[in-house]
Amino acid sequence: MIQLNVNGNLQQLDVAPDTPLLWALRDTLQLTGTKYGCGEALCGACTVLVDGSPMRSCSVPVSAVAGRKVTTIEAVDKQRIGKVVQAAWRKLDVVQCGYCQSGQIMSAVALLSQNRKPSDTDIDNAMSGNLCRCATYVRIRAAIHEAAKALV
Amino acid sequence: MNTLENLSRRRFLQGSAGLTLGFFLPGLADAAAAGPGKAGEGAIGPIHFEPNAFLRIGTDNTVTVISKHLEMGQGTYTGLATILAEELDADWKTVRIEGAPADAKRYNNLFWGPAQGTGGSTAMANSWEQLRKAGAAGRAMLVGAAAQQWSVPAAEIAVRDGVVSHAKSKHRATFGELAELAAKQPVPTDLKLKDPKDFRLVGKAVKRKDSFDKTNGQARFTQDVQLPGMLVAVVAHPPRFGATVKSFDAGRAKSVKGVVDVVQIPQGVAVLATDTWSAKKGRDALSVSWDESHAFTLGSDEILARYRELAKTPGLVAHQSGDPDQAFGKAAKVVRASYDFPYLAHAAMEPMNCVIRLGDGGCEVWNGEQMQTGDQHALAGLFGLKPEQVSIHMLYAGGSFGRRASSHSDYVLEAAHIVKAINGRAPVKLVWMREDDMRAGYYRPLFHHALEAAVDGDGRLTGWRHRLVGQSIMAGSPFASGMIKDGVDLVSVEGAANLPYAIPNLKVDLHTPQDIPVPVLWWRSVGSSHTAYSTETFLDQVAAAMGKDPVALRQELLAQHPRHAGVLKLAAEKAGWGTPLKPGKPGERRGRGVAVHESFNTFVAEVAEVTVARDGSVKVDRMVCAVDCGIAINPDNVRAQVEGAVGFALSAALHGEITLKAGRVEQGNFDGYPPLRIHEMPTVEVHIVPSTAAPTGIGEPGVPPAAPAVANAIAAATGKHLTRLPFNPADLAA
Repeated sequence: MIQLNVNGNLQQLDVAPDTPLLWALRDTLQLTGTKYGCGEALCGACTVLVDGSPMRSCSVPVSAVAGRKVTTIEAVDKQRIGKVVQAAWRKLDVVQCGYCQSGQIMSAVALLSQNRKPSDTDIDNAMSGNLCRCATYVRIRAAIHEAAKALV
Repeated sequence: MNTLENLSRRRFLQGSAGLTLGFFLPGLADAAAAGPGKAGEGAIGPIHFEPNAFLRIGTDNTVTVISKHLEMGQGTYTGLATILAEELDADWKTVRIEGAPADAKRYNNLFWGPAQGTGGSTAMANSWEQLRKAGAAGRAMLVGAAAQQWSVPAAEIAVRDGVVSHAKSKHRATFGELAELAAKQPVPTDLKLKDPKDFRLVGKAVKRKDSFDKTNGQARFTQDVQLPGMLVAVVAHPPRFGATVKSFDAGRAKSVKGVVDVVQIPQGVAVLATDTWSAKKGRDALSVSWDESHAFTLGSDEILARYRELAKTPGLVAHQSGDPDQAFGKAAKVVRASYDFPYLAHAAMEPMNCVIRLGDGGCEVWNGEQMQTGDQHALAGLFGLKPEQVSIHMLYAGGSFGRRASSHSDYVLEAAHIVKAINGRAPVKLVWMREDDMRAGYYRPLFHHALEAAVDGDGRLTGWRHRLVGQSIMAGSPFASGMIKDGVDLVSVEGAANLPYAIPNLKVDLHTPQDIPVPVLWWRSVGSSHTAYSTETFLDQVAAAMGKDPVALRQELLAQHPRHAGVLKLAAEKAGWGTPLKPGKPGERRGRGVAVHESFNTFVAEVAEVTVARDGSVKVDRMVCAVDCGIAINPDNVRAQVEGAVGFALSAALHGEITLKAGRVEQGNFDGYPPLRIHEMPTVEVHIVPSTAAPTGIGEPGVPPAAPAVANAIAAATGKHLTRLPFNPADLAA
C-alpha cells in the first residue's frame, strides 16, 4: 500500500511501487484529466504539480511521491493562480482538441507561481516541454500573459 | 434531401408516439443521451421538443444540437451549433452539443453520399444548409405553438435569444415553456432562412462550447473510458509491415500482476490486464517470434531511389492542356527541380485507442469516431452482425489530422479482434503506446516530384510539366471508386493537376507504385501537403529565373482566379511585401516569402518572414495569412485553425520525417519525431476576406501554403531553394 496526498485527499493505493504516478492517477484514482502522451517525459501531457513544482507523472514512480502533495487538473481551480489561468484559457479559447491542455495549464500555473510577470523567453523556457499538435502556442502564450495581468 | 428525411422521421415519431414524443428515460437511451465527450452519460430532462434529428429543446430551456461530426479540435461542435442556433434564434448560453449516434440514414455527410463521417474539411460546408433548415424548422414550430396558445397571427410573433414574444398582446414565453405544444405543431414545409445581414451568431465572436471541460480535466476522450469489468489491452506489433506471429511465449507476461490473458490476433499478440500499466509491462515481457518471410524490407532511401528512376519515364496523365512538348521545344530557357517528401506520422497527442463491448444484441464502441459507416461495416463483418447493430459513442478525439478516419478501420478492428479472441467476456480498451502509434503506419505517403518550366524568348512562362511518384491513399479505401479515375488517384495530384496559374501548356502525370506495402493515409491537407510545396517553391525558382517579383508574377498568372488573387493581395499588403525587412544580428540572414494555394475550396495566401542563422538553423518569425473561406461562421475559430495549421505545417517542414531502414520504422517517440514546440512558433496574423459565399472548410487549408512560404523566404535570405523535406540546416550553413 502506498499513501498519496492527491488534491488534498489522502489515498491508499494498492499498486506496484514502480507504477508511474500517471497510471495510478488515471486507472486507480479515476482522475483521468491527466493525460498519457508519450510515457517518456517528452510531451508534458501528463504534467501535475508535486509540492507545487511541475512533474511529468508518466516518468515518476508512485513510490517517489508517497507523502508529497500532488495536484492535478481536477483541483487546479482550488488555488487562485489555477483559477486565473483557467479563466484566461477560456477567455481566449486556447483549446482545440484539448488533449494536451491539462498539462499546459499545470505548467503555466507552475510558471506563474514562480514568476508573476513572465517574459516571452520565460514562457518559452517554462512551456517548451509541453507539446501541442494542434499548435495552440500563440494562444497559450497570450493566455499566460493575460493571466499574469489578472494576477497583478 | 436529408432534412426532409429527418422531418419525415419526426412525423413518424409524432404519429406513432403521440404525446409520448420525446420521452426518454436516462439509461435506456444511452446514445441519445450522449453529451460532448460524455457519450452515454448526459442526463436529460423528461420532456423534449425534437423537431428533427439535429435539435432537441427541453422544458428546462436547454437547446441541444446534435452534431453528426467529430470534434477533434477544429471547433466543429461549436460551429455546427452556431449555424442551427442562428436560425432558431436560440439563447447561445442555453445551447449544448451532443455527439450523434452512428446512423448514416440521418447523419450522413452530404458530401460523402450515404456515409457518415468527418473529414476533408467538409463539416461546415456540408451542414450549412441542412442545419440552417433544421433551426428554422424548430423556430417555425415554436412560433406556431405560440400563435396557437395566444390566438395571435404567427406573422406578428418575434423570436430572440430563446424567447418568443408578441408585442401587441405583450405575451412572452421561453422555448422551454412552448416545447410541449411545439412538438404537436405541423412540420413546416416552406422554410424561410435569414438574410445574412440579420445574423446574430454567425460571423460573430461566439465562444467555443468545449473550452470549459477541456480546461478542468472533465472532457472525456476514448483514453478516459472506464467500464465495469473492462480490460486494457496493449499489443505487441510486428517489427516490419507484413510480418506475422510465428510463435510466442506468454509465460513472463502472465506473471505480471494484473495481467489476465494473452491472445494472438492477426495484428500481433495482445496482453490484457486490469489496468494500462500492467498491460504495458506484460506486453514488454512477451517474447514473440515473428515470421518475416513476407515482410517488407526496403528502406526509405531505396524507395526514393526507385521513385527517382520511375520519374524518368512518363506516368499516367492526370492533366494535359495545350501542347507542352512544343512549348519546351521552343523554350529559350528551361528551369528544372525535383523534390523529395518523406513519410509523415499524424502523431495526434492522444495515441490511437478504442473501447469495444460485445453484448447480446450487438456491439458498442467508444471512440473518437471519424468514420462511422466504414467502422460499422468493418465491425459488423467481423462479428457477424448487421451494421446497425454496431452502436458508436462518438467521443472527443485528442487530435486526428486524418488518422482516426481510418480507411481500413485498422485500430478499431484490432480492438475488435481482441474482444473476439476472448469471446466477448469483457469490454476491452485497446491502448496504443506512443511507439505503437508512430510505428503502425498509415503515414502521409513518401513522394518524389519532378518539375520543369519553359520560358520563351519573350520572357513568358509558356510550359509546365509536373511528374509525381507516390503511393495511392485512395486505393483500397471506401472512396476508391469515386476518387481514382483511369488509374490516377485524384488526391495524389490535387493541387498540382488543378494548378491555377495561366500557363498555356501544362502536363501533370503520375506514377503510383503498387509494390510498396507501407500503409498510407490522408494527413491534414492530403495531396496539398506536398503539391503546394513543390508548385509554390518551384514557381519562385521560375520567378527568379525570369527576374520577376514572386507576388507580381503570381498576380499576373492569377488574373482569371479572383479568389486566389484576392488572398494574395491581402496577405502581401498586410505583410508589407516590398518593404525592407529589419536586418538580423551579424551573421543572420533574413528573408520574406509568399505562397498561395486553394484546398477544400478555401483560398489561403501566407507570407513568411524568417531568420537563418550562420549554422543554417531557421527561425520563422512571422506569418501573415489571408483566408477566403466564404462566410466565416466563427472568425475567431478561423483564426485559431490557421494559427494551428501553420504550426502543424512547420512541424513537418522543420522536423517531420518517418524513415524506414530495412523495413523498420526508425522513429518511435517525440525525440525521434519532434513536433514544433512553443519557442519555435512564429507570431501568426490571420486576415479574413469578407464574403457572402457559402462557407467552405477551414481545418486543413491553412496547412499547404505555410511550408512553401517559409522555403521561399529562406531562398530570399540565402539564395538556396530547398527541395527536400524536412529542411536540413546543413544545406543553409553560411
